[in-house]
Amino acid sequence: MNDNYITLNAISKHYSAKNGTVEALKNVSLSLPQNEIFGVIGLSGAGKSTLVRCINLLERPDTGEIIINRENLLNLGSEELRLRRQKIGMIFQHFNLLEQQTVLNNVCFPLEIRGIPRKERREKAMGLLEKVGLAEKAEAYPSQLSGGQKQRVAIARVLANEPDILLCDEATSALDPETTKTILGLIKTIHDTMGITVVIITHEMKVIQEICSSVAVLENGEVQEIGTVSELFVNPKSRAAKRLLLLEEEEDETYVG
Amino acid sequence: MQNLGIDVLFKGTNFVRLLSGLWVAVRISLISVIISIVLGLVVGALMTSKNRILKVIFRIYLEIVRIMPQMVLLFIVYFGTTRVFGWNLEAEVSAILVFSFWGIAEMGDLVRGALISIPKIQYESAMALGMDGKQIYYHVILPQTIRRLIPLSINLITRMIKTTSLVMMIGIVEVLKVAQQIIEANRRSSPNAAFGIFAVVFLLYFLICWPISKLSVYLEKRWS
Repeated sequence: MNDNYITLNAISKHYSAKNGTVEALKNVSLSLPQNEIFGVIGLSGAGKSTLVRCINLLERPDTGEIIINRENLLNLGSEELRLRRQKIGMIFQHFNLLEQQTVLNNVCFPLEIRGIPRKERREKAMGLLEKVGLAEKAEAYPSQLSGGQKQRVAIARVLANEPDILLCDEATSALDPETTKTILGLIKTIHDTMGITVVIITHEMKVIQEICSSVAVLENGEVQEIGTVSELFVNPKSRAAKRLLLLEEEEDETYVG
Repeated sequence: MQNLGIDVLFKGTNFVRLLSGLWVAVRISLISVIISIVLGLVVGALMTSKNRILKVIFRIYLEIVRIMPQMVLLFIVYFGTTRVFGWNLEAEVSAILVFSFWGIAEMGDLVRGALISIPKIQYESAMALGMDGKQIYYHVILPQTIRRLIPLSINLITRMIKTTSLVMMIGIVEVLKVAQQIIEANRRSSPNAAFGIFAVVFLLYFLICWPISKLSVYLEKRWS
């Protein structure tokens, strides 16, 4: 077990916008152990998407270090980074499947890119589709699937690269509460059976509550609070965390009312 | 009912002459369309560049093409350059130059639009799968761009084919000019030929453009 499997060290990132610069991340440091389900919560604009994009360097931070398994990603050349990225899976809010390809081809796609022979990749992809419970939809097109099913395809596609880390960028935010639960359940099962470290970015406390063991609260590009999920719920210290919990309660009340 | 004047078509080699006129129109548009598509793809990619100077140059280019009637461009290139620069351009070369000048600009603008309509997240998710730049462009971006481009570029192509009828103004004998000549030559014997012959010209244009727009519908359906 490695207690500092993923370490972000003093990450800062700014964007130049029309009216001055936006500080998306200000000196963020995080460290999480292997095989954990780690949540990052914050309202929109808090910098969580930027943060998760820094982990696989879709965004390059201005300063700081990103260390995964004792290796600083910022020191990798572009080809090494590309290969490293194959082991850092990422799923998105809007799934981003190839719409002109069947479900099976979508899952085969990363294998094709890696040059795996056709027969082998089809077998492997079918196995993965079974794992996510969509084997019977192999020949369907993404447009014929529901949101939850599309996310399952995206998950199967990510698993094709046998990642050791899974990044979820608002992966359930386009789904209804029921489907959200089943997708989170699937992520949990994958985590438990394959030993993948999971980082979940969300604006919903429910997601954190459902699946994460530790959580960081992000606001205005700064980490406000970091700890276990139960700590956060029982005894939130930062204003940002309290506000998020309050928002959640209000939402629950409107459901009842 | 009055005589429709179609009989003139079968006098002598009239029909063959019409067809060879049609070939002239098709040849000019075909060459211009190919040049426009190939260079339009390049110009479109350049139009998405962040370089200020490039942007301004292409902006001006596109505006000129949009504002100037094609006929004026034809006159400038064919008559104008001869007087001012002493170039002796053949009429057909001038026509191809003008139509390509027009087509590259519009095609480029269509390509630009299709490229910037591909969301950034498409690049990101491809990168997250560990693909390199070439793979992303070839497997992810290009298929989506082409799909968006097809209906728009088919529209441009049929417009270019139709507009070749203007080249008779710089002395090229294409299908419409041949039709006029046939009608003029038979004015006394069959005064109604204007109807019949022009109707045939209409049909000929239709036969060229219709399969192209059918193809577009087919491709759109197949890829939707």
